[in-house]
Amino acid sequence: MGIELILFYIFAVILIFASTMVVIVRNPVFAVLFLVLAFFTSSVLWIMLEAEFLAITLVLVYVGAVMVLFLFVVMMLDINLAPLKEGFIKYLPVGVLVGFIIAVEIILVVGPGNFGLDKVADPVGHAADYSNTKELGRVLYTKYMYPFEIAAVILLVAIIAAISLTLRKGRQTKYIKPEDQVSVRKEDRIRIVKMKSGE
Amino acid sequence: MFDSLLILWEAVPVDLQTLIIILAKIVAIVLPIALSVAYITLAERKVIAYMQVRIGPNRVGPRGLLQPIADAIKLLLKEIIIPTSSNRYLFIIAPVLAIGPALASWAVVPFDDGMVLANIDASLLYILAMTSVGVYGIIIAGWASNSKYAFLGALRAAAQVVSYEIAMGFALVGVLLAGGSLNLQEIVTAQKGSVLHWFWIPLLPLFAIYLFSGLAETNRTPFDVVEGESEIVAGFHVEYAGVTFLVFSLAEYANIILISMLCALMFWGGWLSPFEGIPFVEGWFEGIPGILWLLAKTSFFIFLFIWLRATFPRYRYDQVMRLGWKVFIPITIVWLLVVGAAVVLQIPPWFD
Repeated sequence: MGIELILFYIFAVILIFASTMVVIVRNPVFAVLFLVLAFFTSSVLWIMLEAEFLAITLVLVYVGAVMVLFLFVVMMLDINLAPLKEGFIKYLPVGVLVGFIIAVEIILVVGPGNFGLDKVADPVGHAADYSNTKELGRVLYTKYMYPFEIAAVILLVAIIAAISLTLRKGRQTKYIKPEDQVSVRKEDRIRIVKMKSGE
Repeated sequence: MFDSLLILWEAVPVDLQTLIIILAKIVAIVLPIALSVAYITLAERKVIAYMQVRIGPNRVGPRGLLQPIADAIKLLLKEIIIPTSSNRYLFIIAPVLAIGPALASWAVVPFDDGMVLANIDASLLYILAMTSVGVYGIIIAGWASNSKYAFLGALRAAAQVVSYEIAMGFALVGVLLAGGSLNLQEIVTAQKGSVLHWFWIPLLPLFAIYLFSGLAETNRTPFDVVEGESEIVAGFHVEYAGVTFLVFSLAEYANIILISMLCALMFWGGWLSPFEGIPFVEGWFEGIPGILWLLAKTSFFIFLFIWLRATFPRYRYDQVMRLGWKVFIPITIVWLLVVGAAVVLQIPPWFD
């Protein structure tokens, strides 16, 4: 057994452990932290598959930004844990049934029967100077140019929609515009009154 | 003696040899960082003291030179206090999560031509990813402390780091456009020529934005609202004492050195001599190894960090956010278009 296989099993076990903990852990903050661990471990697995660019981007985007915001929100929620545990037994049969169906479906689709060296050829390892990033960029901006651009436009629309949905006009806030603040002159604010001293 | 050591070395299996060499390299990077962190704290206190017409620490050792060692020993011997009803595991793990990424980023930083631990292709991206992971230490510390002040500090840290990371990322995109690579080694090589060939001229706005975002990412003045001592005592590390506190400041200063060195590498020509390309003068400085130039440039940026701390008051929190989102990000986007056009048109002397 090569060192790569040992590493794969170590990280796969950590990944499965972390993903399970995301679901079963009681405290939502712990759940988010386990999800972070799951992302990190899967990025390690991607690096072992020679997809360095995607692996680093996963850490950068999901661990570095998305999960930080998740944690931000979850930390501020003061969740009372007791009501969450109620009704566990009541929903257990349904949960087990749904879980079982999903597991069977996954096994049917990605079970060992559909893979193997006869179905999918053994991928050839790349040379040391092979640039994952360059190859990805080349395909993305030539072959998949339109899907890529359309996805970007959809994301832009989503950003604008999110902002316009949450932006409330005419709020009663005492917000001061910095550009007005810096352009204030003495004459606008102070009136110097000359008075005679008491006679 | 030396020969027998050599024979002993030959007897070690090749895989183990590689492992030992890598470990030795890691020690050779981490030890100087730890030492520099110790002495940057002293330098900071001294520089700020002189700027404020004081003397600063001068009791321990000659001219106060042993002060950081005394501080370290004091902190190591202090008791670690774990607050009541705090989350014990996360409370202890938070400093580790802060120091881990801070040190891991150094794996891809080149110190001279070919002098790098891991010369990976996407090193710039790797550094961005690692520095963004560092914020977890702060957030977890704030939440696990079970203290209002620490929690407020953690929330501010999360919002600030996520905001400034975007501007920082865009600045790095400009650098990789100009350098034509994500590899730091190749980015420095692309700046070869003279001081005028360095990227600080074509990327001047991005350089400034990177530097200020770096200040915000490392929670330094004028963006140190995360630990603003006048409002929230000391922010996320208010409950930490002894070694745990030491680890947090180690991570913060390691990040300051990292940002300074990246500024030098990406905008100031890294290990290239500033006298390159000038007739006569070039020859006088030929013997100086590149790493010294890099360290000199890095030291200048570290001094700049301290200088800014002594000079500027703290930003108001809403203004910090406004600066990040409404000023820095639009400027970077516009300048990315400018750099892209310059690269396409192959404008000399940088992009030909």
